[in-house]
Amino acid sequence: MSVDISAMMLAIFLPLFGAIAAFLLPRAAALIGLVALALTTGAVIWLAREVWQSGAVILPLGGWGAPLGIDLRADGLSVAMLALTSAVGLLVSVSALDALKGAGQSRQRQYFWPLWLLLLTGINGVYLSTDIFNLYVMIEVIALAAVGLTVLSGTRAAVQAGLEYMYASILGALLFLMGVGFVYLQLGRLDFAGLMDAEPTGALIAAVALMFVGLALKTALFPLHFWLPAAHANATAPASALLSGLVVKAALYIVLRLAQYMPFPSEALLTLVGMMGAGAVIWGGIQALRAERLKLLVAWSTVAQIGLIFVAFARAGELGLTESWKAAALLILAHGVAKAAMFLAAGRIKDEIGHDVIRDLDRSPIRPTLAQFTFALAAISLIGLPPSLGFIGKWALMEGAMASGYWHWVVVTMVGTLMSVAYFSRVFAGFLRFDRVRAPVGEHQGWALADAAPLTLAFAAIGLGLMAAPILSFLEIGYPFGVAP
Amino acid sequence: MMDAPLLPLFILLTSLLASPVLFALPERAARLRTAINLGMAALKVMLVAWLSLKVAQGVIYDLRFEVLPGLEFKLQADPLAILFIALSAVLWLITTVYSVGYLEHGPHRARFFGFFSLCVAATVGIAMSGNLFTFLLFYELLTLATYPLVIHCGNAEALRAGRTYLIYTLAGGLVLLLGTLGLWVLAGTTDFVPGGVLTDAAAQNPLAAQLLFVVLIGALGVKAALFPLHAWLPIAMVAPAPVSALLHAVAVVKAGAFGIMRVVYEVFGIETAQALGMTAPLAALAGVTIIYGSLKAITQDDIKKRLAYSTVSQVSYITLGVALASPIAAVGALAHLIHQGLMKITMFMAAGNLAEGLGVKKVSQMDGVGRAMPGTMLAFSLAALGMIGLPPLAGFVSKWYLAQGGLEAGQGWVIALLLGSSLLNAVYFLPMLHRAWFRDGAADAGAPARPRIGWMLAAPPVTTAVLVLVAGGFANAPFSPLEWTRFIVDIEYLE
Amino acid sequence: MTPDLIYGLTGIAVFGIGLVGALCVQERLRRVLALKLCSVGAGFVLVVGAWREPPEMPDPVPHALVITGIVVMVSATAVALALIRRLQTLEATDER
Repeated sequence: MSVDISAMMLAIFLPLFGAIAAFLLPRAAALIGLVALALTTGAVIWLAREVWQSGAVILPLGGWGAPLGIDLRADGLSVAMLALTSAVGLLVSVSALDALKGAGQSRQRQYFWPLWLLLLTGINGVYLSTDIFNLYVMIEVIALAAVGLTVLSGTRAAVQAGLEYMYASILGALLFLMGVGFVYLQLGRLDFAGLMDAEPTGALIAAVALMFVGLALKTALFPLHFWLPAAHANATAPASALLSGLVVKAALYIVLRLAQYMPFPSEALLTLVGMMGAGAVIWGGIQALRAERLKLLVAWSTVAQIGLIFVAFARAGELGLTESWKAAALLILAHGVAKAAMFLAAGRIKDEIGHDVIRDLDRSPIRPTLAQFTFALAAISLIGLPPSLGFIGKWALMEGAMASGYWHWVVVTMVGTLMSVAYFSRVFAGFLRFDRVRAPVGEHQGWALADAAPLTLAFAAIGLGLMAAPILSFLEIGYPFGVAP
Repeated sequence: MMDAPLLPLFILLTSLLASPVLFALPERAARLRTAINLGMAALKVMLVAWLSLKVAQGVIYDLRFEVLPGLEFKLQADPLAILFIALSAVLWLITTVYSVGYLEHGPHRARFFGFFSLCVAATVGIAMSGNLFTFLLFYELLTLATYPLVIHCGNAEALRAGRTYLIYTLAGGLVLLLGTLGLWVLAGTTDFVPGGVLTDAAAQNPLAAQLLFVVLIGALGVKAALFPLHAWLPIAMVAPAPVSALLHAVAVVKAGAFGIMRVVYEVFGIETAQALGMTAPLAALAGVTIIYGSLKAITQDDIKKRLAYSTVSQVSYITLGVALASPIAAVGALAHLIHQGLMKITMFMAAGNLAEGLGVKKVSQMDGVGRAMPGTMLAFSLAALGMIGLPPLAGFVSKWYLAQGGLEAGQGWVIALLLGSSLLNAVYFLPMLHRAWFRDGAADAGAPARPRIGWMLAAPPVTTAVLVLVAGGFANAPFSPLEWTRFIVDIEYLE
Repeated sequence: MTPDLIYGLTGIAVFGIGLVGALCVQERLRRVLALKLCSVGAGFVLVVGAWREPPEMPDPVPHALVITGIVVMVSATAVALALIRRLQTLEATDER
């Protein structure tokens, strides 16, 4: 099936063509964007069906096979990530229609859609790639589009944050490229299958280290997180939702994939990764407790949550990633959905009230009830309270850590959970306090159709927890972590 | 006749589905809201009555749904669950009437009743949980649903109290998660099975089992207000009166006590818990809490605070009865779950009426209130005397069984403890009654001699007071709480 | 010392210089240049992979990779420069 139209090709090229079309026809950009997204979602559903019925799918592009040519491959994990991207992307797009409808936002309207579709191309490309050079190209595409989305609002703070993000992002990609070079020098091939059989020599370990540092920079793992809070806090709400919910996940996914194919790192290295994660959980929590603005708080919570995902990696232990990857994957999915909902809700709150200073939220006579409710629901998943998907991920993480006797990771998770309760309850207090308002407060103000998309996402973040069993069995399709492929 | 196997689910849904509807109703749709509230509450009572009948006939309800491989969301309706659901269904109906009256013109009613409904759903879920995992889900839901109720007033004091409440209960929930995971890792199941699931694991690894016991009881002890984890309860008194009533009588505190029952009887099994040497310390801790709560209650001038400390003390009777590891004490403990609920809800609603009708919030202001509000104060007095343990009121029945159980278990100190506690109860309740009935009101009080409070405020405490009388006086009638309790104890002890 | 080793080590050294610059330099334009140095260094390392003993033909794949890398880097530089200019304009208007 080399010439047939394949769902995988569609998932990459539909958004690419959409991006070009939206750029050329700015008046129809929103329409093109939504159609391209809907079609891409359709392709992902098609692909999911295929994978569900017949296991992992491989597509050699342009008639070349491995080790030289470009293969596309989809298994349970990649389809799950694609599905996350499409679903979150579609809902964020719907809410972007409303968020960018202002009169002064014509420039934003014009550039949002091409950039976002380009971003989608890169993200989908990452999830379907099977060689590390392709991954490099895709993360550069993501970087450029993501920086564009960051600076979309055009404010000075946003451009400054975007430039910092740009530096970090390019540096990360170049570190990754250097690693790619080392791998090629050593092995003469770049596909995953070639990596799997490799002997772990010194140069190869250096390559892995370079790639890991580059990806850690891109996914904002403590202490390489410095660029994230400003970038995510200063972007417009739909862009923040995409950046926090989807973009950092691409680099996380690559780490997971490489961990699958690369020679298994030593216990000491894993512990180091875990300690970086723990540092992120603690430091992100402290900064979120101190943050003065709502969106900044949400951005710091992203830093903490990414740390938690790395803690999930770190407890791999003697069994390797055979079990622990599931916890990491569940946490990635949970965070993607919940954080997108939360950023959109925060944006709605900011739009309705006119500011997002946390200590003054309770002074406003306007209470966007539904957006606040959405925020609270998303917080439930991020804190990890049942029955949300975040809870299931945390359960899997703690269960694994406990069963293998890694009590320190259990403690880190619990401390992180308590800290998230503390910083989110600051926000709840702002929602529910009424004695600092002079004007009469109307409880049901601020109902808007714009709340529909974030609310759907927030309910999904909670409800998916009850579907964890099917999600897990889907993730395991064609996925040979620790099992002979 | 095995009809309607989904009955437990329907009972859960009556309040779970009512909640979003209530949230969405506009503030001014008061009649529709009241209709939904009362309709659902009444429906639930009927469904629970039906369910009880079926369970008494031996029908087994068991609904499962796999969440993670091997880990199930499981609802069951065993007699112990019925005991708790019946309590919450009946008291929910009464409290709903009271809340409608209490909040008639207050703000944020849509939000209040939405969370109120969710809170009852969580309580019912806790009652019907078939394993510790499901229990954990509803336990956390209860925390989340009660938080907005506690801070309903929306002022600085309420928010401070709410923060304390949230931190205590969510930390407790986190420890419960740890315990649930520990159980899952240790036993490979979290099911509630009469006789326990840890017999083998405890024999192999007694230290881990002991640790697990401490973790689980510690987690549940937060909501059950066991000393020294009780500090949130008196602070949470800033909540509106119906919420306090619900918190103390049905929902939060009872959820903790009920959880302790499940853990001791159906996770560890009473024999295993005894073999691990964990029941005696638990009984001692309960004893300390009983005395401590009573002593603190004496020093409080705020009526609601005094009642709160009294709850700290009284709820530990349940824990005491469980920890004594004697069937007769267990009867007392289970009966007290119901009896304490009836008595305490009466007192809180009465206290709410005093605050609403007369503006009386402190014990020192209670002079002569009996003449101003005779119905309310009669109910209050009945409940207070029941708490002290005057026969034939409900409190006497549970204390009697507890004392007998103490003797049966060879723990003579329990008698002394109960006598001492009753004495302390008298010390802090009787002055209130004395002031209310035998002192003249201050001339400058300025309150109307007969304050007008609506029937929706006046009737509920009187109703529950009558129930206190009935539960005590007709304790041996079929389907009385006590009879049902014996039915449960037969199951827990004869497995 | 074979030529490929010399080239390889040079590539790593250039990359290192760029890395130091990207991390330590404050000025915006110089940071972009430092990142360019990094990319040149990485390109060196990749091209070295193509080297074979003279009678053999060099491996074409790394060349293709390096060209792709250059294209990517050109566009990244363009975006960075555009952002810097934009920022300067914004700062100028703020100061006025």
